[in-house]
Amino acid sequence: MITANKPATVPLRFSLPIGGIAGTSFKPEHLPAILQAGPQAGFFEVHAENYMGAGGPPHRALEAIRRDHPLSLHGVCMSIGGPQPLDRAHLARFRSLVARYQPALVSEHLAWSTHEISFFNDLLPLPYTEATLRNVCDHIDEVQEAIRRPLLLENPSTYVTFRESSMSETDFIRAIAERTGCGLLLDINNVFVSATNHGFSALDYLGDFPLSCVGEIHLAGHAEQSDDEGNLLLIDSHDGPVADAVWKLFEIVAARRGPVPTLVEWDSKIPDWPILQAEAAAAQAILDRCKPAAQTEDRHAA
Amino acid sequence: MSAKLAITTLALAGALSTALATLAAAAPLTKAEADAAIAAKKEKCFGVALKGQNDCAAGPGTTCQGTSTTDFQGNAWKFVQGGTCASIDLPGGKKGSLKPV
Amino acid sequence: MRPEVNLGFAAAFAPALLDPTRDVPAAVAGRGGKPAGRRYDVYRNNVTVSLIDALAAIYPAVQRITGTDFFRAMARVHVRESPPSSPLLFEYGHGFPGFIARYEHARTMPWLADVARIERAWLDAYHARDAAPLAPTQLAAVAPERLADLVFTRHPAAQIVRSQYSAVTIIAANRDSAPAERIDASAAEDALITRPEFDVVVRHLPPGGAVFAACLLSGQSLGEAAASALDASAEFDIATNIAGLIEAGAFTSISFGDAG
Repeated sequence: MITANKPATVPLRFSLPIGGIAGTSFKPEHLPAILQAGPQAGFFEVHAENYMGAGGPPHRALEAIRRDHPLSLHGVCMSIGGPQPLDRAHLARFRSLVARYQPALVSEHLAWSTHEISFFNDLLPLPYTEATLRNVCDHIDEVQEAIRRPLLLENPSTYVTFRESSMSETDFIRAIAERTGCGLLLDINNVFVSATNHGFSALDYLGDFPLSCVGEIHLAGHAEQSDDEGNLLLIDSHDGPVADAVWKLFEIVAARRGPVPTLVEWDSKIPDWPILQAEAAAAQAILDRCKPAAQTEDRHAA
Repeated sequence: MSAKLAITTLALAGALSTALATLAAAAPLTKAEADAAIAAKKEKCFGVALKGQNDCAAGPGTTCQGTSTTDFQGNAWKFVQGGTCASIDLPGGKKGSLKPV
Repeated sequence: MRPEVNLGFAAAFAPALLDPTRDVPAAVAGRGGKPAGRRYDVYRNNVTVSLIDALAAIYPAVQRITGTDFFRAMARVHVRESPPSSPLLFEYGHGFPGFIARYEHARTMPWLADVARIERAWLDAYHARDAAPLAPTQLAAVAPERLADLVFTRHPAAQIVRSQYSAVTIIAANRDSAPAERIDASAAEDALITRPEFDVVVRHLPPGGAVFAACLLSGQSLGEAAASALDASAEFDIATNIAGLIEAGAFTSISFGDAG
């Protein structure tokens, strides 16, 4: 059933900005600890696809979280960067979730994961050319039309580059934001991982990144391997604490951009809730330090 | 109507009234009772239920991260003892053990 | 629509993801234009491991029965043959029970595919649409002469898995980490899977119960279902089975078929 192009039933809504607060990935195993602690200042982010079932415990958990906290809906499988048309049924499901849960933040990835009929369950890279730029922009237009609000697009972490690429990642992303009006989700761990893997400067990348479009920041842990030449190859594994170098880059970005919602992602080898909470508290401390900077957004009501 | 054994209205009405009486009388099994019944290997009747562990078996979640565990190259089946299959007996005394072919 | 020009990158990148014997795509490179080599392998690994992990999460009892290494080797073959076609991972693996039934190294475990079928049904029930189960009081109001024509509406989570082996006993002993006990796999067992509220429940159906429940779940009348069940098993007891199905939450409502 194709229902993606029926925007009339979803009112145009822009959630109140939640400002410079830190959040964490929501993992169902943490639900009892979170509910026991009562409402907290932070926000929670979920992968949209895990809540696309018709019913059952996942929705019950998400409703419980949403009742007391701002929500960030993070899509991981839309395949926006892929050459084939978006999956209309998937887009309709995404749109329904946005309408049902009214998230404060909605995001997706600059990546692809479906080719022909196979879904690869990974965020795969794309070349940066004028042709792929047009294609990505068309897809973002389609998503934003369906959900009736701007999308935040996340910069990828990559392990290879395409020989046919004709522009830098930052130029590509800036052009997307300009052409589509979408916001950006700046994943600082991804910047650090890609910079290490491809041998460029993370600070230069951040200098070229259109920070004024950034509506959310991601922080996460990574793992270390090596490539065929013995160079350090970082894996965007989300399975440990945020690295010191990434914290440092975050402080620099926060000072330049001012406080924006910042998420600590932790998706594998998930720790007990207090450990994840402590990572978010560390992010919050950095956000609070840069609060006096020119910050025009309303603070989240306490 | 089917050519199969006909069920009389009277029989159905009697069965239904018995069923309703059963439902009215039976308190649902608690998880502990169900577990105990399973442990006692009495799970041969309708009322004993195996409850799923919703917390630890909620199925897969999506990934937006890479994995640091390398496990993509292996092709060969490996002979492994470690599962519970050796405790499962088949008719004729055969066991479900994993033997290399 | 714009013509799709220069967008063949996915067709170049994708085929080797699930096939380690294929060359690394020449379209991608490492530092300084060197061949991508192990860098491309990161993607191969992410795809393969995450999909094997997905099957392990859907089939925990199968993994416990076979042991982790055997399971991962078996799952890897299936992932390569049949990658998901939906981006919803919890929908993946519907073909896995059939694959297990054909997998030559699993032949010594003929009950394993049925255990997998119950686990797949378990996850389908977990994500099924929420619906209030039928209240027994609704049945009490039915006039006796209309009972034979009574039709039940299936609850979205309700499913039946029939097995020639002791699949329910085996799954009950392996869905958690309780110590393994000796199990005789030779008794045929049929399973009813329901989720009346939020907990998925697997029940063992009595003789004739699976035929009866399958008839009712597919919309046949109570009279037809009872006749089929009695044909299938002389031990079949209507009262026990009606009570059991209602208590399990297999239905949402009743109506009357067009027989009449």
